[in-house]
Amino acid sequence: MKQIQAPFNATDIKLLHAGDIVSLSGNVYTARDAAHARLFELLNNNQPLPIPIAGSGIFYAGPCPDMPGRVINSCGPTTSSRMNAFAPTLYDMGLNFVIGKGPVSSDVKQAITRNGAVYFAAVGGAGALIASHITVAEKIAFDDLGAEAIRQLTFDKVPLIVAIDSYGSSVFC
Amino acid sequence: MRTIDSKLMTQTVRDLFLSAAKMPGSDALRAIESAHETETCAPSKQALAQLIDNARISGETGMPYCQDTGMAVVFIDVGQDVHIDGDITAAVNEGVRGAYKQGYFRMSVLDPLTRQNTLDNTPAVIHFNIVPGDKIDITVAPKGFGSENMSRIAMLKPSDGITGIQNFVIDCVKTAGGSPCPPVVLGVGIGGTFEKCALLAKKQLLRDIGSTNEDDALAKLEQSLKIDINALGIGAMGFGGSNYCLAVHIAKYSTHIAGLPVAVNFQCHAARHAHATI
Repeated sequence: MKQIQAPFNATDIKLLHAGDIVSLSGNVYTARDAAHARLFELLNNNQPLPIPIAGSGIFYAGPCPDMPGRVINSCGPTTSSRMNAFAPTLYDMGLNFVIGKGPVSSDVKQAITRNGAVYFAAVGGAGALIASHITVAEKIAFDDLGAEAIRQLTFDKVPLIVAIDSYGSSVFC
Repeated sequence: MRTIDSKLMTQTVRDLFLSAAKMPGSDALRAIESAHETETCAPSKQALAQLIDNARISGETGMPYCQDTGMAVVFIDVGQDVHIDGDITAAVNEGVRGAYKQGYFRMSVLDPLTRQNTLDNTPAVIHFNIVPGDKIDITVAPKGFGSENMSRIAMLKPSDGITGIQNFVIDCVKTAGGSPCPPVVLGVGIGGTFEKCALLAKKQLLRDIGSTNEDDALAKLEQSLKIDINALGIGAMGFGGSNYCLAVHIAKYSTHIAGLPVAVNFQCHAARHAHATI
């Protein structure tokens, strides 16, 4: 399994190919349906965002409630295609990578190639496994959204698959 | 007439969800292991291996197998000779509330329009059925929405026949692709009315994975659909390979001369349910 460290520069990105099995270390922000809606409300009103987009990675995830004695409770990916309407704008703002599950629209795929970004698929439902590879979890924004709040997570070798690479190749049929 | 205290309903529902929402059934875990053994496509085999690890880690840590601990679906068969002391619906919801809090399960239920979370995973979706006898049968099925979102119903024409049914199921799978967290179980309902058909499909998800249908014609249809679906090559998580579908479970019900309803309910590999009789 190839070990990779986020964030990725242009050279790193070019070395990733659809179907590669990798383990990712580094920081990511969680954001799913409701957090994306909030981010875009801010963007549309020219307000500052609570997280940097350029150079960051977003993990489409909403964990179970915190459990005593654990950094984070079960935290697997959610379906990426629900964020199809949001993803191209974020890639155009310099978003480095996304982690989710399942295929995405051709618009999103084009935004990935246009910006030299990458889309990783985590294994849907592997929430306990992924949580066991998270060493730091901190709430950053939209606390009132509960599971859907934005958290910053530090990954330690989370197993992923390169789903769409910067050349536009996809692991999905 | 036997009297059952609604508090016993609450306790039973709570205990059932505490076990069911944490981990898929042993039938699902066995099916995932056997899919892993036969899979030859590398990314897909890796995904299935992660699911086996995930079950082990969930068991060791107490963290739920999947963070989507679902919307609480409850099937209750009430014996007609039972009197329930108290509000049965409130009792069930109290059990759901208790389990999701105690189990550190995700509160995923909200108002569909305002998106305001109820913060306790209620209300449950409860299906009551009146049956002979003096017992209450309760089956709980926490249902994740990655798979639920891919579910569909079609009001086919009688002339579409079995081929039309097969084509619709295959089309549902092609449209869903890797999104519903395959390997999946497909619950298929054929016949009835619009709502009956959907309920037939949902109830098929409660069957033990791979159990043989008592109806020979449906058993054959289940087998042929499973083969055709896996031959599409979508594979676990959509990563390719031959293990998209662990089982197809089909039920039918009489329908109208003008109709042929078909419903397909997707169930991800976290196929969770638990059952008790009181």
